[in-house]
Amino acid sequence: MKKNQECSRLVIRFAGDSGDGIQIIGQQFASVAANFGNDVKTYPDYPAEIRAPSGTLAGVSGFQIHFAGEAIYSPGDEVDVLVAMNPAALKVHLTDVRPGGTLIINSDTFRDKEFKKADFTDNPLEDGSLDKYNVESHALTTQTLAAVESFGLGQKQAKQCKNFYALGIALWMFDKTLVGVEQWLADKFGDDSILCNANRAALQAGFNFAETVECAAGPYFVASTKQAPGSYRHITGNEAFALACATLSEKSAAKVFVAAYPITPASTLLHTASQYRLPNLITWQAEDEMAAIGAAIGAAFGGQLAITVTSGPGFSLKSELLGFAVMAELPLVVINVQRAGPSTGMPTKVEQSDLNMALNGRHGDAPVPVLAAKSPSDCFAVLLAASRIAVKHMTPVVVLSDASIALGAEPWLIPDLDSLDVIDVPSHYAKKKELKRTNLTPPWFVPGTEGCEIRLGGLEKDRDTGSVSYDPSNHAEMSTLRRAKVNEVVTAPIDVFGAKQAKLAILTWGSPFGVVREAVTEMINDGVSVSHLHCQHLNPLPADIKQTLDSYEQVLVAELNEGQLAHLIQAQWLTPCLRLNKVSGKPFLKRNIIDKVRELIA
Amino acid sequence: MTLNANDYASSESVRWCPGCGDYAVLKSMQKALATMQLKKSDCVFVSGIGCAGRFPYYLDTFGFHTVHGRAPTIATGLKLTRPELNVWVITGDGDGLSIGASHLMHIMRRNVNVTILLFNNQVYGLTKGQYSPTSPIGQRSKSTPYGSIDKPLKPLSVALAAGCSFVARGLDRNTKHLSDLLVSANAHNGTAFIEIYQNCPVFNDGVFSQFEHKGESNENMRYIQSDETFDYYEAMKIADSTEPTAFGIVYRDERPVYEEVAREAGSYDDLNKLLRGNQAWQV
Repeated sequence: MKKNQECSRLVIRFAGDSGDGIQIIGQQFASVAANFGNDVKTYPDYPAEIRAPSGTLAGVSGFQIHFAGEAIYSPGDEVDVLVAMNPAALKVHLTDVRPGGTLIINSDTFRDKEFKKADFTDNPLEDGSLDKYNVESHALTTQTLAAVESFGLGQKQAKQCKNFYALGIALWMFDKTLVGVEQWLADKFGDDSILCNANRAALQAGFNFAETVECAAGPYFVASTKQAPGSYRHITGNEAFALACATLSEKSAAKVFVAAYPITPASTLLHTASQYRLPNLITWQAEDEMAAIGAAIGAAFGGQLAITVTSGPGFSLKSELLGFAVMAELPLVVINVQRAGPSTGMPTKVEQSDLNMALNGRHGDAPVPVLAAKSPSDCFAVLLAASRIAVKHMTPVVVLSDASIALGAEPWLIPDLDSLDVIDVPSHYAKKKELKRTNLTPPWFVPGTEGCEIRLGGLEKDRDTGSVSYDPSNHAEMSTLRRAKVNEVVTAPIDVFGAKQAKLAILTWGSPFGVVREAVTEMINDGVSVSHLHCQHLNPLPADIKQTLDSYEQVLVAELNEGQLAHLIQAQWLTPCLRLNKVSGKPFLKRNIIDKVRELIA
Repeated sequence: MTLNANDYASSESVRWCPGCGDYAVLKSMQKALATMQLKKSDCVFVSGIGCAGRFPYYLDTFGFHTVHGRAPTIATGLKLTRPELNVWVITGDGDGLSIGASHLMHIMRRNVNVTILLFNNQVYGLTKGQYSPTSPIGQRSKSTPYGSIDKPLKPLSVALAAGCSFVARGLDRNTKHLSDLLVSANAHNGTAFIEIYQNCPVFNDGVFSQFEHKGESNENMRYIQSDETFDYYEAMKIADSTEPTAFGIVYRDERPVYEEVAREAGSYDDLNKLLRGNQAWQV
C-alpha cells in the first residue's frame, strides 16, 4: 500500500482478548464503512469457551471486515491489516495476514508473562519473525490511560477504553470520520456521561496519534460504491430470519409461532425474535427439540404459521415429528443452521453437511421441499418464500443456513413492507367440510370452524376421505402423491453468472455463493472460461438445472461437505460432477476456488 | 340446540378389544361433553400412541392422533396460539410416563390450560403385552418373563411433584364418577390431570379388580368427597397410599395459566423500527 493510494478493497481484522471489546469496535468500523458507502461484509470469530482465561489462545476474539468500492460477496480471506491487542491474538491470526500486510500491535501486552500464555518462546517483535509484515507497534494501553486520565476513571475502566483508541487509529488509516462512532457512544452510554466522554476522548486520541505518526504510511482510501437508493442496515443471518418472523406476524394475517430449544449457532435467532413485542408473534423456548417441533405442529394444526429453528443435532431429534408433519400434511418451516458434525462436532464452525439429512433424514418415503439461504440478508427472503410454499402446498419445508451465515453480516436494503410477497394464511383455511383435495393439496381444517371437525394423524389416510386406511393401493397412491406434491413446488431458476456456455461451471448452494462469486468474477476478468451457477432450491432442484449444466464442458460442485449435492445431481441427472469439498470447519477461501479451477483448466 | 352424549360420537366404528376399559372412558367423556354442552368445533382431542391414542377418532370433535409421547407438546403449541380452544390430551402409562415423561412434567409445571387423561392399565397393550412404567415389581410380561425389576412410577405423585394444579384419579367402571371428574377437570383453569385405572382384558386382566364393581365400594378404596380439600403435603400422602386407594380430586390449586401469562404485553413495537434497527443509513 502506498500513501493515499486508492484501494479497491481491503480486509481488516480486529483481534484481542475476549474482554477487549473487539466485537464492538469491529461492528463500529463496519458501520462507518457502510455509512460512507462501501460495500461491507463482516465475520466474527468468537472463542468457543464462554470465559477462557485472559491472554490465552483459547480466549482470542476476532472480527473481520471486508470493505470495498465495488460489489463484494464474502467477508474476505487474506487479511490486509491485523489489529492485535495481545500476543495471543497475533499468534492465532497471523497466518491469515498476507505478506506485506500491516500489523497494528499493542506493545504494552508484549511481555514475558503474556508470551508464555500465547506459546511464544521469544518476543516476536524482536526475533525477526515479523519481517515480512509492516509492523506498527505502539503502547496502546499506556496512551489510552493518558488520554482518559482527566475523567477520573478507575484503572480497570480506563484501560477498557483502549479498544476505542485502536478504533481511532484504524479509522484514520482508512480515511474515515469519527462522527458515527461518537453518536453511537452517546446513544449507548448517554450523552455527556463519563463513559461516553472517556471513550470519545480515547477514540479521538487514537485518531490524532495515527495522524501524527502517519500510521502505516496511511491514510488509504476506499471509494464508495454505487448502491440502490434506500435505507440500509447491517444484518446477520439469524437477525434476518428473526425479522422475517416479525414481518410474517404482521403481514400473514395469522399468528407466527417460533419454537426452539437452545443450540449453537441457532440460538441467536430465538434471542432476537424474543426481544420483539408484536401482537401476533409468539416465541417459545421448549424443553427439548421434539417439544419445539411438536408445539410448532400444534400451532400449525391450529391454523397458524409455525417455525422451529435448530442446528444439526437438534435436527436429528426432530426427524420423527418432521415425518409426522409430512404425513399429517401441515405447513411448517424447520430452519437448520448447520454446523460441523457429526454428533456435537464443532458447534461454532461452519459446514454444509446436513443436506442429505434435510432431503432424506426421515423413515419412510417422506419428501419435503428444501431451500438454502446464500448470505445473511438472503435469510429474510428465503424464510418468506419457505412459508409461502409450506402453506400453499400444505407441507413442512426445511430451510438450510449455516454458522457463517448466522453470524456473518452484510448491508441490507430495508424492504418496503407493502411491496413484500407475504402469504395470506387464513385464505387457505377450508370453509366447509369438503374433503377432496384441490389438485394435490389437502384442505386445511382449522379448529373453531363449525362443521369442519376432522380427525388427523400419523396413520395412512384415504386420499379422499382422510379416514385411516390400510388399503395397499391407497398407500401406493398417497406415497406418489406426497412426492408429486413436493415436485410441484415452483423453483427459483438457477442463478447463472458469466457465460451461458464455458469450459467450466462452478455450482454452489448456500454460503459458498459469496466466495465463489468473487473468485469467478476475478477469473472472468482474467479471461478464464468459467461461470458460476447457484441453486436456492435443493428439493425439488431448479427445473432448468439439467439443461443448464449440460451447456458446460465440465461442472464443479463446490460445497462444505463430502460431496452431497454432487452425489444428488449425479444420481438424479447422470451429469458427471467434479467436486471441490472442504470439511475443516472453515469457509472456502478465494484461493481454494481459483487453485482448483487452475488445476482443471490450465 | 341441546346436544346429547351420542351427538359427540363420530361415525367411526370403535375398534378396541371387546371388554376394554376404554369403552367406558369414551362413554364417560361423551356424557361429560354433553353435560357441559361444549361446542364440537371448539374441542380438540390430542393423543399420542398406544391403545388410548385412538380415542380422538371416536369423537365428533377436532382430533389429532400424533407421535408417541409428544401429545403434550402439540397441545402446548396449540394453546399458546389458540387459547380459546378447549384442548384435551389423551395419553397412557407408556406414552405419558415412559417415552413422553418429560413433556408430561413440563406441561404440568407450566400450567397450560388443558385436561389430561392418563389411561393407566399397567401394561403396553398396542405392542402386545410388555411391562410399563407403572407395572408392579415382579410383573410377568412378554419382555419380563421372570418378573419386572423396575420400581413403578406413581402417576399422581409425579403430577403433584411437577406442580400440576389439578390432580385426580378415576376408575373406568364407575362412569358416573368419572364423568363428573371430567367435568370438574375441564372447568379447572390450568392443567388438570386425571389418572384413570383402566382394565386391559387381554394383557393385564383384573389388575384393578380389588376395587368396586357395579357401584359397590369396599375396604380397598375410598371416594374423596366434594367438600374435602387437601394441601400439597396431604395430597402427596393420599396419592401415595394404597390403604385405601383414593378416587376423586386429590389436589386443586389456582395459579396463573401459562398461555395467558405468555401473551401479556404492555405495549408493542413498531415493525418498521425493528426492521431499521438502531444504526440504519440512507443511500
